Amino acid sequence: MRLRLAPEKTNIDFFKLQFVTFGFSIVLVLLTFLSLAVYGLNLGIDFRGGTTIRTESTLAVDVGDYREALTPLGLGDVAISEVFDPGFAADQHVAMIRIQAQDGAEAVTPEIIASMEAALKAVDPAITFPSVESVGPKVSAELIWQALLAVAAGSFGILAYVWMRFEWQFAVGTVAALLHDVIVTVGVFSFFQLKFDLTIVAALLTILGYSVNDTVVIFDRLRENLAKYKSMPLRDLMNLSANETLSRTLMTALTTLIALTVLLIFGGDVIRGFVFAMLFGVIIGTYSTLYVAKNIVLMLGLNREPKDNKPKSGSEFANIDA
Amino acid sequence: MPRAPPLARGPFGLTPDIHMLQIPLWKRVLIWGICALGVLYATPNFFYAQVEQHNDAVAAIDAAGGTATPDQAAARALWPDWLPSEIVNLGLDLRGGAHLLAEVQVEDVYASRIDGMWPLVRDALRDVRDQVGNVRRQPSVPGVLRVAISNPEGMPQALAAVQALAQPVITLTGVGQNDITVTAEGDEIVVQLSEAERVATDSRTIQQSLEIIRRRVDEVGTREPTIQRQGTDRILIQVPGIGSAAELKALIGTTAKLTFNPVVRVTADAGAAPGPRNLLLPAMDEPGTYYVVEETPVVTGEELVDAQPAFDQNNRPAVNFRFNPTGARKFGDYTANNIGKPFAIVLDEEVISAPVIQSHIPGGSGIITGTFSVEESTSLAVLLRAGALPAEMTFLEERTIGPELGQDSIDAGARAAVIGMIAVVCFMVACYGWFGVMANIALAVNIALLFAILSVIGATLTLPGIAGIVLTMGMAVDANVLIYERIREELRQGRPPGRAIEIGFEKALSAITDSNVTAILTALIMFAVGSGPVRGFAVTLGIGIITSMFTAVYVTRLVIHTWMAWRKPKTIVV
Repeated sequence: MRLRLAPEKTNIDFFKLQFVTFGFSIVLVLLTFLSLAVYGLNLGIDFRGGTTIRTESTLAVDVGDYREALTPLGLGDVAISEVFDPGFAADQHVAMIRIQAQDGAEAVTPEIIASMEAALKAVDPAITFPSVESVGPKVSAELIWQALLAVAAGSFGILAYVWMRFEWQFAVGTVAALLHDVIVTVGVFSFFQLKFDLTIVAALLTILGYSVNDTVVIFDRLRENLAKYKSMPLRDLMNLSANETLSRTLMTALTTLIALTVLLIFGGDVIRGFVFAMLFGVIIGTYSTLYVAKNIVLMLGLNREPKDNKPKSGSEFANIDA
Repeated sequence: MPRAPPLARGPFGLTPDIHMLQIPLWKRVLIWGICALGVLYATPNFFYAQVEQHNDAVAAIDAAGGTATPDQAAARALWPDWLPSEIVNLGLDLRGGAHLLAEVQVEDVYASRIDGMWPLVRDALRDVRDQVGNVRRQPSVPGVLRVAISNPEGMPQALAAVQALAQPVITLTGVGQNDITVTAEGDEIVVQLSEAERVATDSRTIQQSLEIIRRRVDEVGTREPTIQRQGTDRILIQVPGIGSAAELKALIGTTAKLTFNPVVRVTADAGAAPGPRNLLLPAMDEPGTYYVVEETPVVTGEELVDAQPAFDQNNRPAVNFRFNPTGARKFGDYTANNIGKPFAIVLDEEVISAPVIQSHIPGGSGIITGTFSVEESTSLAVLLRAGALPAEMTFLEERTIGPELGQDSIDAGARAAVIGMIAVVCFMVACYGWFGVMANIALAVNIALLFAILSVIGATLTLPGIAGIVLTMGMAVDANVLIYERIREELRQGRPPGRAIEIGFEKALSAITDSNVTAILTALIMFAVGSGPVRGFAVTLGIGIITSMFTAVYVTRLVIHTWMAWRKPKTIVV
């Protein structure tokens, strides 16, 4: 008895609702830009400078008390949030305190941290400070630039590779799909005001890698079928290829989602944002594989005149053995 | 497919009736060999604490010249010497410790260099006073010396006189250039460092800073600190196990103190009474030797302007050094009066060396000879230059992670990895049955290889890195899924099992290659562009992709072959 995610033979028409699905994606992307304009991103200290202090105590966290203790220090914008995690012990109460970058100093001075710690200790004698991180405005500005550069370089590298291995239409479709994934993921972080830091950028880059992986597998099958069924309309060929690989698409998405869900639940609160970004990215990446990338190739059209200098699909690797 | 008549089978052979290609024996041996090595080199990581204690003990015993205390011997026995003992380094976020990113204010050094030029410029111009008239230093921005002369007609001579002070810069790119540029602006002579000299100075400043920080951090004896140059003028310092970034800052902020003191006597007695206004100092390189030196130094390191490794007349390694004019005068007077006596070069209350004064040293430059190796003379030169931090440092980034938080993260990461692994394994078996088990063997080998490579290359495992491993587990089965789905399709078309498996592997390979190359591409970009957490993640992801390709394409195939050869099934269900 086998667990089957998809019936042996599927015949789904992925283009049946193409205007609805494609329109849905466009709306999501537009909503992201709207959300970015209205809410912006909840940037972590990596990107806007400042200091975060993680506190831990056996006593319950009272955000109001903490705030009152810190207000007299005149540190500007102070954000306090309690952290919850199923992995915490019953008497483990954790909070994150973030203060803005202080004028005239790159990293926060030890005196400010000492004064904050003293103020908090007055409220809660059992408090400890498992981590203190401080990033100056100079570095954070560079990190933003680096992050954008990383995403751009990643997209460009993928564009070039897919172009080289397939046709340019495939490359455009792939990159459009993965930019869609990244943009919508950023949109979710903006809309729910989740903390956006350097690790989220790593997650976005992984989404790039995953999404392209998924798309390329279908395109690879499409290329094979293009050679096999010379007269079948492109639209039907795409549906055929997607249906043939559907079982694999779902299997891989599901194993990855299983691993990520386990990480989300048991991986601890420190990497939760990172894992959430990847989890969301895998879902949207699978969706865009089926509903975005192919649509764009279909819109752009393919030149199906036989080209003599093109090797037949798979022939480069056909002669492998273990 | 026509059925071929059965042929005789060797010990590893397959009957052709299942239509599988043979895998040559050497390839099987190679593949199993790689897997075995992977498991062997991954093993130490599962006994992390033991192996770590063993490694520390071995290092301590080596450092002590081969003698082990009972504690060390016991720690060493925790892990057999003949097994590999490389383990992955744990990043700060897992081990706890402090992280600092410092920017060295290299311009400080230009200013002090140029300030130091003023007495020399004044003396040089005094020699040509007849032509240039009176000389006055004008206010100027730091790093630029402006000198006005009262007789502007004498400017060419003045320029020539100052120009004569310039010294050639010896760098890879700047050969032939002088260290200062001298120009005339009206009746003022403008002296500043040349571009080549600035580059050379920057690099020297950073090197000195690195060396000083390393010495400071080594004093606290922590395990595997990271101290490295980043970009042109930054230094990254990561010290595991230290309490806080503030503590680390205090540690490296303390200036190293270099002095040259007269030696009173040498003793082997650590408790010897040095006498009034004398100090008893240990020798740095010779345990058990102590020097009694006068408390008041002849010259201090602040007056040293340069030190370079060199060779003496007998071609033995030595160190050349040079004082500024004040230091040179004091040093010259002292050496003239004390020929044949030793004097001690003291760094942070330790005697680096105590050479004997061979002759009067008038010019402020001298040579330290001794029984040095080339490496020792080079490091002594660096240490001498590295007296005090040459320039101020601004801290751009500071992070402190407590050890408990690190341990929590390791626990959470390990828990997630184990549960994730079990979940993926069960899922694969549920979907592919016996073939799922075979994919899981490949997955286990994959994890072992991943840890083996991380250990051997000395990679640092961070929390995002653990996430990368868990993600790799999810994605590693992708290659297997591609192959199995393909085999299913071939079976549905009525191909015999062996043939279906062959074609499945063949046809899936193109998709596996394309999808993995793009993933490796993103990992490479993350590594190149990213820093900190992004890099840690990129390393595990990149290595994970490579190992998963190897295991999916070679290991799974070999396992399936072996199984097919053993069971010779007439039909298979994938």
